[in-house]
Amino acid sequence: MISKRIIPCLDVNKGRVVKGVSFINLRDAGDPVELAAFYDREGADEVVFLDITASHERRKTVVELASRTAEKVFIPYTIGGGIDSIEDIREILRKGADKISMNTSAVKNPELIAESSKVFGSQCIVVAIDAKKTGSNHWEVFIHGGRTPTGLDAVEWAIEVQKLGAGEILLTSMDKDGTKDGYDIELTRVVVSSVNIPVIASGGAGSLEHLRDVFTQANADAALVASIFHYGEHTVREAKKYLKSQGINIRI
Amino acid sequence: MYIAIINYNMGNIKSVENAFIKIGAEIKVTKSPGTIINADAVVLPGVGAFGDAVKNLKELKLYDVIKEIIYCDTPFLGICIGLQVLFEFGMEGGKNKGLGIFKGIVKKIPEGVKIPHMGWNRLKILSKNSKLLEGIKDGESFYFVHSYLAECEDKSIISSTTDYGVDIAASVEYKSTYGVQFHPEKSSSCGLQILSNFVNIAKTSKRKAG
Repeated sequence: MISKRIIPCLDVNKGRVVKGVSFINLRDAGDPVELAAFYDREGADEVVFLDITASHERRKTVVELASRTAEKVFIPYTIGGGIDSIEDIREILRKGADKISMNTSAVKNPELIAESSKVFGSQCIVVAIDAKKTGSNHWEVFIHGGRTPTGLDAVEWAIEVQKLGAGEILLTSMDKDGTKDGYDIELTRVVVSSVNIPVIASGGAGSLEHLRDVFTQANADAALVASIFHYGEHTVREAKKYLKSQGINIRI
Repeated sequence: MYIAIINYNMGNIKSVENAFIKIGAEIKVTKSPGTIINADAVVLPGVGAFGDAVKNLKELKLYDVIKEIIYCDTPFLGICIGLQVLFEFGMEGGKNKGLGIFKGIVKKIPEGVKIPHMGWNRLKILSKNSKLLEGIKDGESFYFVHSYLAECEDKSIISSTTDYGVDIAASVEYKSTYGVQFHPEKSSSCGLQILSNFVNIAKTSKRKAG
């Protein structure tokens, strides 16, 4: 059966990795493509790039990133950040990306999920959901990088995006993001059990036990990991070896 | 010597092209019948629906070209939909005729599992002396994305399977014709190994005159 996935996530600004990566002996550790190729060699199952370039240049940098990555990375990769049209999606996929991820644009224009999944297939369309706890068993969807509340219930929105044709959900807990004290197990579990498409859990990974827990307790299909890899606390290889020793179905 | 990668408007083939460049192969991405006939080996990649794939091949006058090069034992590698169209029929969006190189039907993956079958899955290697799978250990993982599977009438062509509720033919081969259901171009070093093996097959092959 399908293995659980470990996915390093790279934030990219104007073509450069945002969080510095200094421990790896690469010619240019600020180059997202070099870094992604490194993670490929290390055994990562996929890579996600999130482009946060805040200017009209973004479309160009995103397409360039997709293209350069395709030359050096031979695992699936996803590109997200400001993608809001069928033309953008077509261009990025044509360069060699496997999936695109949309967040704000999916909330503002749900029709884009439906249309793009029809044109390119659900398997390329990831909807990213940033969720913040607002009550017992209630999480609200935020957009614009977590700045704008939408009034949408995260679980209902997850069900809706599946219905519209999304092939995967990238679920970030805003409460846990950056804390390093573990994924939001409760949120992840509720979303995983409410949809039939794969869910990537994101936000809060600080140790290898956290990765284990999100698989064993929340049944996530994949775990997004940033700082514990970027800052060299653990390698992808170590993480996967540990998870395998814990009885989780992992590709080594 | 060069390998022709057929560009027949079936989704993204850039990754396949890049993977062959990465392993140092001479390639030509083409839809020209002449370039395909003269190639030392041919790759048919692609994602999309069975019917569209066959229709595009026919419109580009490549349907008979592919049958011809396979008849001449030119090393051929079909990837994903490129494997599926080698069979007699596909059931995606109604029954469509394929190239009919292999006997069998391409059917939807049986219910009870998430569809598409997307992600890393392990190979069970059935053919120990497959040149395409040389150096690949039993249980090694490859990247799959598909909703339909090839049901082979002649099980002896299946060189490896993968378990997804049912055993799915992950790779098939007969003489110089190979097909893989997974994406070697997205399967990291193991995938590149398979493409290198194919290049070696191309280098050592002896074709019949067409």
